[in-house]
Amino acid sequence: MAEAQNIPVGSTTAGQIAVAAESTVATRMSAPPSFDVADFPVPHGREEEWRFTPLERLRGLHDGTATATGEGVKVDVQAPEGVTVETVGRDDARLGRAGTPVDRIAAQAYSAFEKASVVTVPKETVLTEPVRIAVHGQGGTAYCHQVIELGAFAEAVVVIDHTGDAVLAANVDYLLGDGAKLTVVSVQDWDDKSVHVAQHNARIGRDASFKSVVVTFGGDLVRLHPRVTYAGPGGEAELLGLYFTDSAQHQEHRLFVDHNTPHCKSNVVYKGALQGDDAHAVWIGDVLIEARAEGTDTYEMNRNLVLTDGARVDSVPNLEIETGEIVGAGHASATGRFDDEQLFYLMARGIPEQDARRLVVRGFFAELVQQIGVDDIEARLIEKIEAELEATV
Amino acid sequence: MATLEIRDLHVTVEADNATKEILKGVDLTVKQGETHAIMGPNGSGKSTLAYSLAGHPKYTITSGTVLLDGEDVLEMSVDERARAGLFLAMQYPVEVPGVSVSNFLRTSATAVRGEAPKLRTWVKEVKETMERLHMDPSFAERNVNEGFSGGEKKRHEILQLELLKPKIAILDETDSGLDVDALRIVSEGVNRVRDTGEVGTLLITHYTRILRYIKPDHVHVFAGGRIVESGGPELADKLENEGYEAYTKGGASE
Repeated sequence: MAEAQNIPVGSTTAGQIAVAAESTVATRMSAPPSFDVADFPVPHGREEEWRFTPLERLRGLHDGTATATGEGVKVDVQAPEGVTVETVGRDDARLGRAGTPVDRIAAQAYSAFEKASVVTVPKETVLTEPVRIAVHGQGGTAYCHQVIELGAFAEAVVVIDHTGDAVLAANVDYLLGDGAKLTVVSVQDWDDKSVHVAQHNARIGRDASFKSVVVTFGGDLVRLHPRVTYAGPGGEAELLGLYFTDSAQHQEHRLFVDHNTPHCKSNVVYKGALQGDDAHAVWIGDVLIEARAEGTDTYEMNRNLVLTDGARVDSVPNLEIETGEIVGAGHASATGRFDDEQLFYLMARGIPEQDARRLVVRGFFAELVQQIGVDDIEARLIEKIEAELEATV
Repeated sequence: MATLEIRDLHVTVEADNATKEILKGVDLTVKQGETHAIMGPNGSGKSTLAYSLAGHPKYTITSGTVLLDGEDVLEMSVDERARAGLFLAMQYPVEVPGVSVSNFLRTSATAVRGEAPKLRTWVKEVKETMERLHMDPSFAERNVNEGFSGGEKKRHEILQLELLKPKIAILDETDSGLDVDALRIVSEGVNRVRDTGEVGTLLITHYTRILRYIKPDHVHVFAGGRIVESGGPELADKLENEGYEAYTKGGASE
């Protein structure tokens, strides 16, 4: 944990590599995973998993006082032919198979949702157009559950777009059959007041590959929990993230990759830019290589670019290794400042101040944006980054 | 013909909660086509002069004027000065992570020239200039100054000088930290720009070594925040033999 103001360029924030007989990733949570909200105590803020989150801004999602309102959010799914889109009840057997809620809000969401949406891409179906899921906040409070399932050897791109004004707690399940390929882009482009807390559970089949792109721009408080487990060997996970944290925003990304199966890969790259007073970004990167997960290859990286004074970054990579029989494991975290000397250097070459900032931020994100692989999303992101810079610098 | 006129320039800096005057009345005129060497001991204020002319926010101008072709330089922002034709080759060029050299050069050239250079001729121009400075083409894809050696940083500064073609070039200790080979390559770059006759050069240095490669028309001794003696190239020879002692113990430096 470090104040961004005090971090010189290129410095690395606290992180650790632990070689342990037993994982602390699970034991440092205040309760074991459960679908029932009653199994979790109401957080008070000092728990390991809550210590960075301003509870008073959760609008009651954490303590049971946030009641769902009728038209909290509107979910609209547009899917190409061959894809099944269903709205199902709580007792549908397909829900909750990708992972179990690990904190009180995820359990609250699971305990409170009424209808879930299930998107199924049948086996061996290869989509040429993305599935688009629009989640639009209409000023209310909502609990949601979504399932996206790909059969064996199916291939799909899914874009989940969050806009509008909402208080939303959700679980999203991604189920990948053997050899399936899924790219999911989750864009958090909320209005300023929104609160969004979600757990993303991906269960990756044998030889399947999963790419998650999380893009967070908006909202008052966004706290996402992307998690990955493997159902068979040969699975690959690529978790990319991009956030732009403005004045007074809290954006928290807590990742967990559970290498529970031999010969799987994971690569995590999250990059964030921050500007303005009390902009707060939190990145937790937990990777666990279980004793049985021989042949694991994993790397995780978090980079932050602090554009102005008054912003704060907490970046905590944590790699736990229970077997030495692996291909590779590494992590990196660095927070740099765009400082007055850099600005002077660019301006001394004739580049106006605004353009100089734009140059630096665009450069910072460019490599990551190019890896997304969904053209219209790439273009929109670049536009969005430009707009963020215009609006507040 | 472009002329930089510095008149009675006084500059202060804030340090340890105190205001300290570094420049105490600098007078100097640099014309297009001329090369002026400013030589002085450490702490004499040479670099402060360079950075003040470029507009670094750390320095406060308390009195005096700086005119470029009659235009008030001190009224201009840092980027405006560069676009007006001032160039500062820095002693310690700054790392800019995430910005490639090629992107940086093109953005800069676009700003200074007022329009984006035509891509085809631009690529050729950059490539040829880099070759002359013995820079590997892969250099263009690296991030600005990130992980550059001392020599690479200085070559990168001179690359910019050659591409941006300023009216007045201020070279702040460009020779420091260079081995003889690198010094020769960098000096050749400076001389190519000087040979066009289009640039006035202000060469700031502690050592006379670089003057074997870049021949100045005028040599000024800088001590105690002002120019204490001016002469021709023969003044550099005198400094080579006698050092700065005569200027520092005479009370010119405080």
